[in-house]
Amino acid sequence: MRIRRLIFREIAYRKLNFGLAVLGVLMAVGCLVAATTLLRSHDLGTDRIMSIRQAATAEAMRALEDDYRKITKKLGFNLLILPRGQNLADLYAEDYASSMMPDSYVDKLANASIMSINHLLPTLQQKIVWPEHKRTVLLTGTRGEVPILHRDAKVPILQAVAPHQAVLGYELHTSLGLTVGDVITLMGERFTVSKCLQQRGSKDDITIWIDLAQAQKLLDKPGLINGILALSCHCFGARMPRIRQEVESILPDTQVIEFLSQAVTRAEARTRAAETAKQTEEAVRVTRADLRRQREAFAGVLIPAVTVGSMVWVGLLALANVRSRRSEIGILRAVGVGSRRLFSLFLTKSVLIGLAGGCLGYPIGFLVGAMLGGGPLDTRALFDPAVFLAVLVGAPLLAALASWLPAAIAAQQDPAVILRED
Amino acid sequence: MAAIELRSVGKRYRGPDGLVVALEDVSLTVSAGQLLAVKGPSGCGKTTLLLTAGGLLRPDGGQVLLNGTDLYAVSAEERAAVRATTVGFVFQQFHLIPYLSVLDNVQTATLGAPAGCNCGKAMAMLNRFGLADRAQHVPAELSTGERQRVALVRAMLNDPTLVLADEPTGNLDEDNARIVLCHLAEYAEAGGAVLLVTHDSEAAQRAHRIIPLSKGRIVSASAERDARQLEPKDPT
Repeated sequence: MRIRRLIFREIAYRKLNFGLAVLGVLMAVGCLVAATTLLRSHDLGTDRIMSIRQAATAEAMRALEDDYRKITKKLGFNLLILPRGQNLADLYAEDYASSMMPDSYVDKLANASIMSINHLLPTLQQKIVWPEHKRTVLLTGTRGEVPILHRDAKVPILQAVAPHQAVLGYELHTSLGLTVGDVITLMGERFTVSKCLQQRGSKDDITIWIDLAQAQKLLDKPGLINGILALSCHCFGARMPRIRQEVESILPDTQVIEFLSQAVTRAEARTRAAETAKQTEEAVRVTRADLRRQREAFAGVLIPAVTVGSMVWVGLLALANVRSRRSEIGILRAVGVGSRRLFSLFLTKSVLIGLAGGCLGYPIGFLVGAMLGGGPLDTRALFDPAVFLAVLVGAPLLAALASWLPAAIAAQQDPAVILRED
Repeated sequence: MAAIELRSVGKRYRGPDGLVVALEDVSLTVSAGQLLAVKGPSGCGKTTLLLTAGGLLRPDGGQVLLNGTDLYAVSAEERAAVRATTVGFVFQQFHLIPYLSVLDNVQTATLGAPAGCNCGKAMAMLNRFGLADRAQHVPAELSTGERQRVALVRAMLNDPTLVLADEPTGNLDEDNARIVLCHLAEYAEAGGAVLLVTHDSEAAQRAHRIIPLSKGRIVSASAERDARQLEPKDPT
């Protein structure tokens, strides 16, 4: 006969007392595990929702950026690189730069590892009076876009104008009744009209585009240009400071200005869209965090309350058990079982109660928590070994703690009083 | 050699009307091979005397020497260990554990003993006491006589120096009372010491000596009778 056998026989005999005590521990463990599983499920759900939202936002942003790129490209160049000495007031007053710079600058820029701009177009522009027609025009010489060496080739925004050909702005060709194929004379040189542009509502409407070399010759500016048109790369956030820094590091005696175009507005819209997407994400995150806080607060009240209630319950049942075993305590003491051994006998039983309650309460609480969490029942992701270990160790410990006083009462009972009374 | 010796043992209880004398200057000796009966009416202190002798109730004064060791000069745990190996108890109410089988109940006697359980010996003793076929029964399935025999086997399983019997026949019919008394007498014959407390004159007649107890006092030395040899009878 061993104490172990005595404990198990007594448990089998007083099933109700044992069962009720196990139920008490089960409730506490179940609540704890359900709450922790619920919070874990909540966190996993939040991660899942956020990753879905982030993916959707990223996709939308990719579409927006592509849209922005296409729109920007359609709108044309938005940057103008000028000689550093150019007075901007004059530029805005005259519509062209009076200061010149070598046309080799564009090659220098194209050969450098520049990242913040695309589509380099060297131009020589000057407002002149078209002597043959006695009217003011803006003569623009261009040789077409200069490909940037280290970048992939891009479809040019503006095609080069071949020598002895001319592209006419809307106002010019409509007022003069010119069409493609007509031959015009400009400053004594003959040009065939290769293209007549649609109305743009800008200075382009009074512009004649010809080959750069011919323009340099006509204007007597050999090897010179007064501007390089470019398109800013859409991939940079703080664009202008970066562009200026990059360009000026290659061409120190230049300056860069940006046209306040729709592209900028579009870029701002894009930024705002990104911000809105981020704000939506943040709102979801905040809502989820609030819900988590609420659940945490509820668990923070529920778990201690249920744990204390369970401990009181287990303690009262242990006390009832001690009272119903008075005669047994008396005879065990009479046959030489010491008070310490008797104490450990009652405590061992409560450890078993805690263990049984923990083992039953964990899976029940886990399932309840997972179901309340609303997410998929991913047992691997939801299983927290730390909680499992805490339950396995904590439940028997708390049950033992709850039964400590009744066990001490049992151990301290005077066998003489019991045996005499009986 | 005296198995147990009580020297001027006194015990008082605090009652609602003040102190109640349970034992007053009680001295007695039980030697090995002797069955001593302490006889007296209810409330004369018989059970107090038995519990004090068994190391379960500390006296207010005097000494209790078990095999020469002062029981109350050692710690409670040491006293429990001494009790486990050298004392066996039999009570009027049997005090069997209701959820244990007869065999397990008998073996509770070994819970405090360092040697542990001896199932073979327990079965042999149950057989000797006519309880072999009841070994797997629980106390509720036994007659009162059988229950008391189980309590006897439990008390004697460890071959204790001293068996203390408190009104062991109080709840039994004549036949079962006779069987129990015969077993106690046999134990004494085999060299054990038995201290029997009873109010039953017939039960006391089976003892080697009878000590009358009244209001916690041994009435007179002359009341002690000479040892009388008992004729052990077949209990079955």
